[in-house]
Amino acid sequence: MAIVRIPTPLRKLTGGSEEVTVAGKSVGELIGELEKQYPGIKERICDEAGAVRRFVNIFVKDEDIRFLQNLETPLGEKDEVSIVPAIAGG
Amino acid sequence: MNFQQYLKQVKSEIREVSVDEVNAKRPPVLIDVREGDEYNDGYIPGATWIPRGKLELRIEDAVPDRAQEIVLYCAGGNRSALAAKSLHELGYDKVSSMAGGYGAWKRANLPTAKPFIFTQDQKSRYARHLMLPEIGEAGQAKLLQAKVLLLGAGGLGAPAGLYLAAAGVGTIGLVDDDVVDESNLQRQVIHNTKRVGIPKVDSAKQTINDLNPDVNVRTHQLRLTSDNVLEIIKDYDLIVDGTDNFQTRYLLNDASLILKKPVINASIFQFEGQVTVFKPFEGPCYRCLYPEPPPPGMAPSCNEAGVLGVLPGVIGVLQATEAVKLILGIGKSLVGRLMQYDALNMKFREFKLPRDPKCVVCSEPGKKIELIDYEAFCSIAR
Repeated sequence: MAIVRIPTPLRKLTGGSEEVTVAGKSVGELIGELEKQYPGIKERICDEAGAVRRFVNIFVKDEDIRFLQNLETPLGEKDEVSIVPAIAGG
Repeated sequence: MNFQQYLKQVKSEIREVSVDEVNAKRPPVLIDVREGDEYNDGYIPGATWIPRGKLELRIEDAVPDRAQEIVLYCAGGNRSALAAKSLHELGYDKVSSMAGGYGAWKRANLPTAKPFIFTQDQKSRYARHLMLPEIGEAGQAKLLQAKVLLLGAGGLGAPAGLYLAAAGVGTIGLVDDDVVDESNLQRQVIHNTKRVGIPKVDSAKQTINDLNPDVNVRTHQLRLTSDNVLEIIKDYDLIVDGTDNFQTRYLLNDASLILKKPVINASIFQFEGQVTVFKPFEGPCYRCLYPEPPPPGMAPSCNEAGVLGVLPGVIGVLQATEAVKLILGIGKSLVGRLMQYDALNMKFREFKLPRDPKCVVCSEPGKKIELIDYEAFCSIAR
């Protein structure tokens, strides 16, 4: 079970939870599980083709999955996964 | 023995080097032993100034290694010869005196520099900086000669501008096309109630002038476009990006790569902030971090979603900290690291931010970058 950090703009979909625990052997599986638990969240993270959107970064611990194995990046028990979208406020 | 005989004897005991030798092979430590007024008229670039009267007192702090090669100079080569003898007696083996001194250096038309002269007021104002070895007079002079552009005189620009002004950043440019609104005052601390309705750049300029008369404030009451961005940013050393929309962030990124200007980037949303530093072609750029902006509706704005008033205070001050460090060349910058701040849980998280080898703008240095005016694609209202 990985700990997923939900960014502020997506917390409406998790009932306000900022951290949720989700099963998944890879980041891709984890997003699938997230969608089952919190319907609607996947389309905010991934595009129609299933790829992570270009303004969203997913970090496993402190590493960006784009520079690991993307959605295939394996997850260990209790890995912290952070979803970090671009924000523009100033 | 009279003085001339003594001097002759000293010079026979120490090593002398010529101006040409010093110029050809710059010694690792070059010390100017003249008096303050002489030094203020000009010195050899790279020299450390320790007046003759304080040389023995300060040399061990300045040069702890007695085996270090040291060249001393004065105006004509006599005081430095006497100083060399004294350092030799203190155990410095590789000391020499530059024959002919600064006079000979100038006659040979070799490069000189003038120190930054602090007024008495400046010495008092920046006293707490001057006593830090990492800053000192040389660092404070860098700050006073630095030119920083603040993009946005809003939530982030307000605290960043105040602290950069207080630190003595000599030139601060302000870009903002908006006027002060009452709803800004919950967080934009550079403005105040009396300024409601006046342009933000004018309000911020007034506050900065009142805080520190050393700062020259340039105002740009406009919105950056592909037509004006290069012209506006070209005169600044670095840019503090505190803008409130994606269009400007992407435009600035591409322009800063063209002109190789470092950008201190930050953004805020509700209780959360992000901050990092982009150093063109040395670290990642904004598009390495977020290759494309979100489409309309995918990113709610602070106007719709709200923002904790103190949040931009924390993040804007982090930006000012990074700006000061970059100007001074001290510490470890946020280049290659994304700092995320969660105010509700009081947590700072750090993520690794590598350069993207597939980045469309910075992966091939030298490739021509076209500036694009993005449509108002995002719903981040201004």
